[in-house]
Amino acid sequence: MPKKNKEAVKYSLADNIFEFFIIIFCIFVFIIVAYPLYFIVIASFSDSTYVNQGLVILTPKGFSTYGYGKIFEDTRIWTGYKNTLIYTLGGTAINLLFTLPGAYALAYKRFKARKYIMRAFVFTMFFNGGLIPTYMLIRNLRMVDTMWVMMIPFCVNVYNLIITRTFFEHTIPDELYEAAIIDGCTHFKFFTTVVLPLSKAIISVIFLYYMVGHWNNFFTALIYLNKDNLQPLQIVLRNILLSNQVFMEGAGMGGEAGGYAQRYADQVKYGVILVSTLPILCLYPFIQKYFEEGIMIGAIKG
Amino acid sequence: MSSIERSLNVKAKPARKRSFLSALVSDYQLWLMILPAIIVIFIFNYIPMYGVQLAFRDFDFTKGITGGKWAGLKYFKQFFNSPMFWPTIVNTFRVAASSIIFGFPAPILLALILHQLRNQRIKEGLQTVVYMPHFISTVVMVAMINIMLSPRTGLVSNLLKSIGLVQPDTNLLGSTKTFVPVYVLTEIWQHCGWNSIIYFAALSTVDQELYDACKIDGANRLQTIRHIEIPALVPTIVILLILNMGNVLNVGFEKVFLMQNSLNLPVSEVISTYVYKIGLISNQFSFGSAVGLFNTLVNFVFLILTNVIAKRLADISLW
Repeated sequence: MPKKNKEAVKYSLADNIFEFFIIIFCIFVFIIVAYPLYFIVIASFSDSTYVNQGLVILTPKGFSTYGYGKIFEDTRIWTGYKNTLIYTLGGTAINLLFTLPGAYALAYKRFKARKYIMRAFVFTMFFNGGLIPTYMLIRNLRMVDTMWVMMIPFCVNVYNLIITRTFFEHTIPDELYEAAIIDGCTHFKFFTTVVLPLSKAIISVIFLYYMVGHWNNFFTALIYLNKDNLQPLQIVLRNILLSNQVFMEGAGMGGEAGGYAQRYADQVKYGVILVSTLPILCLYPFIQKYFEEGIMIGAIKG
Repeated sequence: MSSIERSLNVKAKPARKRSFLSALVSDYQLWLMILPAIIVIFIFNYIPMYGVQLAFRDFDFTKGITGGKWAGLKYFKQFFNSPMFWPTIVNTFRVAASSIIFGFPAPILLALILHQLRNQRIKEGLQTVVYMPHFISTVVMVAMINIMLSPRTGLVSNLLKSIGLVQPDTNLLGSTKTFVPVYVLTEIWQHCGWNSIIYFAALSTVDQELYDACKIDGANRLQTIRHIEIPALVPTIVILLILNMGNVLNVGFEKVFLMQNSLNLPVSEVISTYVYKIGLISNQFSFGSAVGLFNTLVNFVFLILTNVIAKRLADISLW
């Protein structure tokens, strides 16, 4: 008996050391992930000179909202914002409209064609025509330089379709189907009155996936949009943040004035990062509560 | 249940023809629901596959995609013999291999370690924080990299220099040596947390009885991880690994493209950025298609190979 007791003590000591290392690691992870995000926030309110000297560490220094003032004046950003809002709202609505009914049909086990349709869909996850043939197609469809190109092409994401289908299969019991159909309920009615209200978790998840995809979409606009008035936020951001066109007038002429502009340019950049990312970050906590459920049932089949 | 069965029996026998008809009617509704998805996938995924023949034809503006003269493997040979062939292939593989070797295990480790936290609220809070960077767009991410790693004023580059991890004179943004590490590490920073969700979900399905049995057998925490939690993750790990291998050469175009500069171009020109420049900027449509098709085929081979290996070793496969 004493021997066993001793062993138990030894394990709990080992477990305590283990616990200690886990906590150290978690603190480390927290700082690495959270600090850069926090830094952007405080730097956007600080005088860029202090930021560049490495003096802004925990709180803003030389508090100023000059950057935000410049951002609110900048019409490029607001055009980009407006366009991105249209693309995101319209695009996500189209995504859901095309994906959800399809997933329902594919989840219905008596639908004989579903196996073949599924195969044809999954194949596209691993094989595609590539950039150039796709570009030719979009050009032939006259979609280049239109808003549609940001919303219609590839509006059904096969991965999202699969996790939605899996969710329907697992949460809507077969008996419910059969009972409703026998009672004369059509698939359309069953889908809208029974399935959709029961599937908030998966709808939130794919809604978020699609929405973030539209909000952050840079590639499609880079390839297919040339007109300035159609450019989404991400292209505007690229011009401001990476191509250094911070001020519309084209600053950075060198000399005193150039240095002055550059000093504020950095502050504008931090502000732009925040203003463009905040909407998504604000939305996500509302949806997060559905995440575990939605992803668990959807992604890990059975 | 029984009442449903009864009603099924009653209705099914006398009206077989009608039930066949009603099946057809209900199937027509299902077809109507799936049709939009079929049309979209057919147009935007299958028509470009048909358009792949562009890679075997001389593109002619007046005749469209399928009207050009048949050129056989001319454009593939042109790619194999071009001076860009080996650099783009090697660069793509270097980025892809480093991403998989370091980026794939990271979320597994993160999920296992965070799962050990006993305090649920701290655990959930930390999860929320690590998921967050995933929502940052690539453009903003690259801008953050440029700011943080800027050679003179960058917060992170100065920190790394002061603790001696990098030489004082290195430019982390414009060097052929640092491009791949910077790419992979920032990729892990951004997506590791998000990618761990699926492992968290898998860990939460582990039966509590297994943990209890472990305690009774006197296993310590590490042994519990090794004998209970890692085995519980294996199926998920294998499936995700196969899927990742199928995309091995689809190195994220946006991030590489935005991180490119004249200083790191010798290591940062990958197949996808090359296709974009040669195909759409220089308008060499046939050549660009051929390079793109080559990329897709290599991916496909990798997918099949990994699937075969996984089937042999772990009896898990995609099909």
